[in-house]
Amino acid sequence: MALGRTYSVALVGLNGYIVEVEADIGQTLPAFVILGLPDASLNEAKERIRSAAQNSGIPLSRRKITANLIPASLPKRGSGFDLAIAMAVLLAANDIRPTGRTVFIAELGLDGRLRPVRGILPAVMAAVRAGYPEVVVARANVAEAELVPGAQVRGYATLARLAFDCGADPQDLVLDFEPDTEDSGHPEPGTGPALAPDMCDVSGQAAARRALEVAAAGAHHLLLTGPPGAGKTMLAERLPGLLPDLGDTEAMEVTAIHSLCSLPSGSVQLLRRPPYENPHHTATAVAIIGGGSGLPRPGAASRAHRGVLFLDEAPEYDRGVLDALRQPLESGELVIHRSAGSAAYPARFQLVLAANPCPCGKATGKGVDCICTSIMRRRYQARMSGPLLDRVDIQLEVERVSLAGFGQPAAEEGTASIAERVRAARARQLDRLLPFGMETNAQVPGRLLRGSFRLDAPTTRILDYALERGVLTARGYDRVLRLAWTLADLSRHDVPDADDVGQALGLRQAAAVSP
Amino acid sequence: MRAKDVLGRRGEDLAADYLQAHGMRIVERNWRCPEGEIDIVALDGDALVIAEVKTRKSLAFGHPFEAVGADKLARLHRLAAAWCRAQGLWMPLCRVDVIAVVDDGIGEPAVEHLKGVG
Repeated sequence: MALGRTYSVALVGLNGYIVEVEADIGQTLPAFVILGLPDASLNEAKERIRSAAQNSGIPLSRRKITANLIPASLPKRGSGFDLAIAMAVLLAANDIRPTGRTVFIAELGLDGRLRPVRGILPAVMAAVRAGYPEVVVARANVAEAELVPGAQVRGYATLARLAFDCGADPQDLVLDFEPDTEDSGHPEPGTGPALAPDMCDVSGQAAARRALEVAAAGAHHLLLTGPPGAGKTMLAERLPGLLPDLGDTEAMEVTAIHSLCSLPSGSVQLLRRPPYENPHHTATAVAIIGGGSGLPRPGAASRAHRGVLFLDEAPEYDRGVLDALRQPLESGELVIHRSAGSAAYPARFQLVLAANPCPCGKATGKGVDCICTSIMRRRYQARMSGPLLDRVDIQLEVERVSLAGFGQPAAEEGTASIAERVRAARARQLDRLLPFGMETNAQVPGRLLRGSFRLDAPTTRILDYALERGVLTARGYDRVLRLAWTLADLSRHDVPDADDVGQALGLRQAAAVSP
Repeated sequence: MRAKDVLGRRGEDLAADYLQAHGMRIVERNWRCPEGEIDIVALDGDALVIAEVKTRKSLAFGHPFEAVGADKLARLHRLAAAWCRAQGLWMPLCRVDVIAVVDDGIGEPAVEHLKGVG
């Protein structure tokens, strides 16, 4: 038989598709052709495969080799198909036994070693979902592949070892070659768990600490306005520490995205802590949203999925960049279209914005030191558009730290005990919202807030008044209700009372001082 | 005669024997014109066969077939037409074959034959 068939996985964004690899050996002069829309790195596979097979002791056929990747119309990229093509060619030459429905995902080195590739987690997830649970990967990718429940993962260090297990003639195989495992991966420097910043470092700032706790408890978006040096960045950095650990499905989603973005690394484990993304304000829309040439890659918003996206100096961002975030804030997903295809990435992040009140940064409190004109201040504030701010539940003014609250770090409550309260509040939300298929107050749609969870009229009177006066938009009204539920969860009320609603309105409007 | 020419000559003899053993008639060998040389011209039934012979002592520097690239193939087709013109005849069936001979001078030489390439 001069035809071999193996399987691999092509990733389009986070979605994987099973790719059937056919190899045919034709009776004509030596050549190697890969069909099925390969990109440049996949086309180079020919040379890698020839050398790898030669140096493993199982040289490829000296005839015309045609490898066809099916479906032919799906664009394929990257080096992860190397192994599947090599195995299909060896199969076509009858050098090994048929491999059945095994999926091969690895890059080949010229010396015949199997190298790890990025995106193993989503690829293996797709394979298992498509009914191909047997997977062969490079040894450095085994840990990551084994995260997928139901996957039967085999890891190999070299092509020769794999060919031997598939029944190749051991006489010529180079079996004593054992590459360094350190060499086959790209260990990321300094990925050890960094010492997370603790809330007890924040002196004073009682209101801001409270707002941060509420934001963490209900997964609400947060805007911090205040003068330079007030501790906005310090507060935002401490938010991820307050968030509870990720559940199993969430952790898989987050790990899958980070598997796509990072260099392939041997030390991949399930990410249990919410990610934290802190892009610089010169970032472009593509860097935040995702995109790039070829198939779109995830941006900072997707890397912050199930975690915190912190935009420091928010008014300094391009307005287009900020407004591009409006859609994922609503839908929790980013669908990016490019000529090479479209990709959907999840992006359910918690947005934290930090801003100075004006260009000079001193228009806080009475603002007597501020040298900005009112028009300058207004223009600065307007860089964050109304529709964006309307989606931010908590808008808080951070005051300059006063002497009274400064200098006794031990006196402040630490992250651990706040996180404990947050966890309890999240548990209450889960109990209440799980029947509706939701987890946090921030996800509850207005229909439910004003339906099943309707509060009685005396409780919401203050809101109704604000809506009537036009201080609140209809969406803003719902957002205050969500905040009120979170405040009730934190203070262990079964339903919010008028006090919770009042506090919620205060948290939303604290920064809304007219310039 | 240099060593590589001796080897090449021996390979061509082996290839000619091989073709004859497989029912072909050798018409001419080492036909030259300004454009190059045809190793073997043979007749396979009605078809004219222009055969290029590549000989190696071992596979250490690649298989003989790998030495026949696109340029050489194109030249062989041009040479086929040149031969027909020179003979003043027109063969409706004409093909280019490549024959690989691996002969280490000790064991039985291996002859491989690819028909109708390019």
